[in-house]
Amino acid sequence: MLKVEHLTKMFGGLAAVNDVSVDFEAGKINAIIGPNGAGKSTFFNLISGLHQPTSGRILLDGTDVTNMPSDKVARLGVGRTFQTTNLFEQASVLDNLIVGHRLRTKSGLWDVLINSKRLQREEKAARDKAMEALDFVGLTHVAGQFIADITQEERKRVAFALALATDPKIVLLDEPAAGVNPEETQGFAELMRKMVDNGLTVCLIEHKMDMIMSLADKIMVLDHGEKIAEGTPEEVRNNPVVIEAYLGGDEDAAA
Amino acid sequence: MNLFFQQIINGLTLGSIYGLVALGLTLVYGILHIPNFAHGALYMVGAFMSYFFMVDLGVHYWVAMAGSAAVVAILGILCERLVFHPLRNSPPIHDKIAAIGVLLFLEATIQMFWGSDFRRMSSPFTGIMNFDGLIIPEQRLLIIVGAFTLVIGLQLFLRKTMTGATIIAMAQSREGAFLVGIDSNRVAMMTFGISGALAAVAASLYAPINLVYPAMGHLVIMKAFVIIILGGMGSVPGAIVGGMIIGFAEAFGGFYISTAYKDIIAFGLLVLILSARPQGLFAKGAH
Amino acid sequence: MLFKLGSLFMKPGAKMALLALAIVFPALASNEYQVYVMASAFVWAIAVYGLNIITGYCGQLNLAHGGFFAIGAYTLGLLTSDAGWSFWPAFVAALLVTAVLGFLVGVVSLRLKEHYFAIFTLCVGFIIYLLMDKWEELTHGPVGVRDIAAPYGFGVVDFTETTPFYYLVLAFLVFSIWFMGRLSRSLLGRTFIAIRNGDELAQSLGINLMRNKVLAFVLSTTYAGLAGALYAGMVRFIGPEEANIIHTFDMITYLLVGGIGTLTGPLLGTISIVWITQSLQFLEEYRMILFGPLLVVLVIFFPRGINGQFLTWMHHKAQTLSPAKKKKSSKVQTATSGEVKNNA
Ligand SMILES: Nc1ncnc2c1ncn2[C@@H]1O[C@H](COP(=O)(O)OP(=O)(O)O)[C@@H](O)[C@H]1O
Ligand SMILES: [Mg+2]
Repeated sequence: MLKVEHLTKMFGGLAAVNDVSVDFEAGKINAIIGPNGAGKSTFFNLISGLHQPTSGRILLDGTDVTNMPSDKVARLGVGRTFQTTNLFEQASVLDNLIVGHRLRTKSGLWDVLINSKRLQREEKAARDKAMEALDFVGLTHVAGQFIADITQEERKRVAFALALATDPKIVLLDEPAAGVNPEETQGFAELMRKMVDNGLTVCLIEHKMDMIMSLADKIMVLDHGEKIAEGTPEEVRNNPVVIEAYLGGDEDAAA
Repeated sequence: MNLFFQQIINGLTLGSIYGLVALGLTLVYGILHIPNFAHGALYMVGAFMSYFFMVDLGVHYWVAMAGSAAVVAILGILCERLVFHPLRNSPPIHDKIAAIGVLLFLEATIQMFWGSDFRRMSSPFTGIMNFDGLIIPEQRLLIIVGAFTLVIGLQLFLRKTMTGATIIAMAQSREGAFLVGIDSNRVAMMTFGISGALAAVAASLYAPINLVYPAMGHLVIMKAFVIIILGGMGSVPGAIVGGMIIGFAEAFGGFYISTAYKDIIAFGLLVLILSARPQGLFAKGAH
Repeated sequence: MLFKLGSLFMKPGAKMALLALAIVFPALASNEYQVYVMASAFVWAIAVYGLNIITGYCGQLNLAHGGFFAIGAYTLGLLTSDAGWSFWPAFVAALLVTAVLGFLVGVVSLRLKEHYFAIFTLCVGFIIYLLMDKWEELTHGPVGVRDIAAPYGFGVVDFTETTPFYYLVLAFLVFSIWFMGRLSRSLLGRTFIAIRNGDELAQSLGINLMRNKVLAFVLSTTYAGLAGALYAGMVRFIGPEEANIIHTFDMITYLLVGGIGTLTGPLLGTISIVWITQSLQFLEEYRMILFGPLLVVLVIFFPRGINGQFLTWMHHKAQTLSPAKKKKSSKVQTATSGEVKNNA
């Protein structure tokens, strides 16, 4: 599904991601863990094309997407969420989601001017898609509310829905359960299961170990930009290098 | 040869003034990430305050300059407290619009009191110094020496004092500074104060060989922006070097190419630089 | 009173009522001067709609907007006075020139983020002013352009008269708002708003940033050019002052007062501020003593302006009026996701 070969990203003299190779299988939940500043978010930014890697290759279903601009990568089926998502606060949840399907539509300025059939068709499709995504994340009841009026947990679900509205094959979720309570975390875990059951591939960055250990099919551990371990939750849990990185340094105290 | 030397003096003079103005702008940007569009208005108020103290109250040039620096420093601090502090978590265009609001207010207020006429403000340094045929007007020498002294003083303050160190620390990392327990409010106010004082001194130094009028800040602020983009937004040495580059470009460009278009040189340079390097000339990776 | 105007605009058929009011306005006005002021408010409103596209919807603070207005005015002025063109061809040329220049400036400037973009456009605006002031061979420098042609009415109407001109401007304004309404509701408008929410988020949604930003910018400069050309046809004598940055600041004020990023905001803000300034004559020169602090207060306390505030209020009213509907749909949700939710 997603194959990364010797991926490196330098910021000035700092190797935020250093020679990372990994293979994420389709239809699985893949987790990336590591202390703060380990390069996890940067890794996502490289895959989704927001940053260009210094060296290495990224293959999506065999297609080389290494230096592709992020909008093209998104069109190839990579959806993602961010650690924080800025939405249009004074607009309804549904209105915020409709644009998610924009990348599957073609209408331009001329269609707007003449209100073309195509535009009408595409706008309906985008709206339907948004409703579908909203239903998927269980938020149809807030469709008409302003973003400003919904809870923190609902916002996170809206961010999920936005990524889902792009019709992705693989979703990259950056700390989806940060700042939500344990009960709600459980809800997010179920949601990710549901995504995989619906044929999606999930990659997530997360600090909540309980959740990762019970949820992930495969875990990759990053530390100082380097991959220090990879495997099933069981393998990673018992890996001495991981234990060293997590217990040896004090960085993760802040994590 | 003499004409050439004259242009060097002109370049140094202009560069000194631009450098001082840009320094205040870059400090504020470095600490608070606000492109302070009102900075040119602070510069203009500085000139009028000196004018007011000197011409209307009849005090000595130095006293007027000090008074003006104090008034504008306070004005800067007020701006920080009343305008930028409440906006620190707002979307990015809000602080810029607020800065424009401050700029409009200051200009209109000054215009109400002094009208929009061009005024002359003479300093006691009207003489001309003659070094073996090399002629330097006293005021220009004063500008160059004054700016040089201020920059050294500022560097000492930033490097050698505790307060200066906190300012540098905060410029490098706001969150980091917060973690080590730096009082970011105090640093922000201080930075605005210093920035205002620098602008006022620059204006008071330059006013005697230039004119004083409410719109005098427009060109200066735009050039100061060009300078700090050139030198890297937030960089202190960058502001000084950038100021000199623009000062010399204008002095020589104005002399050898065209006086009418000398003001365009800076902006032409900016367009060229940003077209080639959207992050600025010396910008580091971040932002 | 402004609130009422806003709510009027919301109701079905209200647009028609407002349009009718605009149509009968010349008959209601006590003198020709008032019609003239209203016509000039309409001209500015068109330009402010342009600013709203790039700054309100797309989130990029463009400080060269007044410069493009002036380019529209100068293109029309120079073509009709120096080149001897008649009004309408020059008018079309003015739109084309502002669109093409908008494209060129946009391609360079929109690669820059936030502050850099604002500073860059500030400088572009100033370069435009300097060129108008200094390039005497082309622009006549500070003397300005005289003898600008008025629009000809094909023998049917005489647009040198104030009232016919008023209707002409009204027609363009109506078209501008109509198009803006369509744009803001369309997928394209939503694309612009997604860019305002954040470059990276927009890109991750598959939006081509440059293409969309440049499109928004070209649309906005074309609106500015349209307004500038109408302005030149109205006052028929222009100078470098048209490119003064103060006009851009004025337009930002109109936009912020009315409601940035809203459809009615530009109209509301422009008309109210233009008339307030008019009725307080002494304000004309010193208006910024009030408007400066007003801008600050608006961005701190009411960042969405009159119309934005009003829309939020309407929304909350609608929400509280339909609790039954809300409860029903919330049941549907519980059924689908089986999630425990607070009912706060
Ligand atoms: N745009 C950037 N420019 C410079 N350095 C960056 C940038 N983004 C991230 N970094 C640096 O790269 C390192 C990894 O950051 P990040 O990927 O955000 O870590 P994580 O998500 O694992 O906490 C950090 O040291 C961070 O400061
Ligand atoms: Mg991260």
